[in-house]
Amino acid sequence: MNISALLAGLFSGILGSMGLGGGAVLVIYLSVFTDTGQLTSQGINLIFFIPIAAVSVIIYSYKKQIKWKYTLKIAAWGLAGAAVGLLLTDFLGGKITGKIFGLLLIFLGIKEIFRKSDKTVAKKEKTCYTKNE
Amino acid sequence: MKKFSKTSLLTAVTGLTIGMVNGLLGAGGGMLAVPLLKKSGLDQKEAHSNAVAVILPISILSAALYLYKNYVGLTQALPYIPAGLLGAVAGTYLLKKISPLWLKRIFGLFMVYAGVRLLLK
Repeated sequence: MNISALLAGLFSGILGSMGLGGGAVLVIYLSVFTDTGQLTSQGINLIFFIPIAAVSVIIYSYKKQIKWKYTLKIAAWGLAGAAVGLLLTDFLGGKITGKIFGLLLIFLGIKEIFRKSDKTVAKKEKTCYTKNE
Repeated sequence: MKKFSKTSLLTAVTGLTIGMVNGLLGAGGGMLAVPLLKKSGLDQKEAHSNAVAVILPISILSAALYLYKNYVGLTQALPYIPAGLLGAVAGTYLLKKISPLWLKRIFGLFMVYAGVRLLLK
């Protein structure tokens, strides 16, 4: 295992535990910088993410930062969505799925580049809430 | 009653969208979950930690389906896990301490670059 693979795993873990697109790091590393096929890259990332997310959720749960009632409701719908997603993957194949992934990356990447600071957003939201009240 | 239905609908649409993207692309569920959770009233940091809790069961099902479809073998992911776990523990502590605006912006540039590479592949 080379150093770049190690770094990809490390950064993917850091960003993944924050819900910041850790998956994107590993899928990008595998599909863009190695010869791994698109669907295999995605599958590796999904398996990789399970223990990472489990550890993160245990820590967040211990710190009482998880709203279980709410998250489980969304997750239940998410399971149905995942099944539909898989059917789509199967139908579209690796090549088209890779292009969709690329488009999503460009869209989300541009959004990240022009992101306002959290403080600015929080201030703006606070103003909105005050107005709504 | 009206409010209840609206909330339920939002929950369903949020869950379905996150699940579908995560299942289709094997990633991206978290990035989508954070803004959607924020829209439903959670603050920035809560949205990040709860997003991971939402994605975990979705990823388990998606991974099982990917394995079932033979897109991937279980052992292919194993080499990345130790470094990933180390990163995850670091990440959960960093989340409370930093506002990674510039990290996100640099990561954004990297994403655009990778996206273009994937489109041209």
